[in-house]
Amino acid sequence: MLAFNLFATEGGLFDINATLPLMAIQVVVLTYLLNSLFFKPVGKVVEKREEYVKNNITAAKNKLAEVEKLEADLLNQLQKARSEAVKIVNEAEQDSEKLYQEAIDLANNEANASKEKARLEIENQTSSARKQLSQQADDLSELIVNRLIQQK
Amino acid sequence: MNLNFLFTNFAELEVGQHLYWQIGKVSIHGQVFLTSWILLGALLVFISLGTKKMENDPKGLQNLLEFLWDYIRDLARTQIGEKVYRDWMPFIGTLFLFVFVSNWGGALIPWRLIKLPSGELGAPTADINTTIALALLVSLSYFYAGLSNKGWRYFEYYVHPTPIMLPFKILEDFTKPLSLSFRLFGNILADELVVSVLVFLVPLVLPIPVMFLGLFTSAIQALIFATLAAYYIGEAVEEHH
Repeated sequence: MLAFNLFATEGGLFDINATLPLMAIQVVVLTYLLNSLFFKPVGKVVEKREEYVKNNITAAKNKLAEVEKLEADLLNQLQKARSEAVKIVNEAEQDSEKLYQEAIDLANNEANASKEKARLEIENQTSSARKQLSQQADDLSELIVNRLIQQK
Repeated sequence: MNLNFLFTNFAELEVGQHLYWQIGKVSIHGQVFLTSWILLGALLVFISLGTKKMENDPKGLQNLLEFLWDYIRDLARTQIGEKVYRDWMPFIGTLFLFVFVSNWGGALIPWRLIKLPSGELGAPTADINTTIALALLVSLSYFYAGLSNKGWRYFEYYVHPTPIMLPFKILEDFTKPLSLSFRLFGNILADELVVSVLVFLVPLVLPIPVMFLGLFTSAIQALIFATLAAYYIGEAVEEHH
């Protein structure tokens, strides 16, 4: 049934013999075989791919950085253009305001001047008319006085 | 301790029986080499098929092999360190693959169906010779790694951090291969024995969970062996200061 043969001279679980060095040689040979059949070729392919992926990632990162730079640049330009536009619009508004004010002032001045002129003229005419009237009144009174004197 | 003569008709389970091959004056365990040649042959065929047409876009077997390669590289890199893991990756990977293929091959293939004149086929790692051979190779490797990387300064490791450690570090050089070899040998042999005894006692259903447990242990043992080997090499090449 169960044949336990532990330390028998021939055979046994712990029977150490030439199997040991031969197995060691076999494993060393296997190491060289696997190195040339498996580790080297697979390593080459895997590392080539890793290199490729790494390069692509770096290139993509560079491109992304470039895109971000360009975007920032464009945004900057846009900002500048916007503020310039605002400035121009403000200037134009101020200009038109100024022109409007000037036109109004001019018109006001003109109106005031002509009003003044008219007033002066009216005053002149009034005073001359008064003078004339008083002259006539004087003449009339003199005439009346003369007539009264003559009647007597 | 041979009880075989009592139960010759029920001879189901044999432990410590070997198929001896005589080469000149020395004898070797034939069943160990037979199974290891079959399993390693299968492994090499598998790898040759997978690496036959390597593409940048991996397909099928190449995917699996690349996964394996990556796994082994991670193992070697974390234990040995960035600087020299490249030199030792094939050795660590071979240890892992050899132990893994041996363990799983021993557990999965119904070797018992093949009758041998003496002994029986099984996992090559259930033979103490195989595991001692692997463990001694690991010992040689870490000595070589330490000496080739640091020269005589390697022996500073023995008095690091204090000279009190010297006897323990020397003792470690003996316990490392001993524990490596006996851990693997014991686990795989115990697994085979448990499954065999269970199959012998209850031939239906019951051994199946134990077989799954055995597959799990086998994989873990391969990982442990490779990880420890890498760790010992890493310890030898590590720079203190």
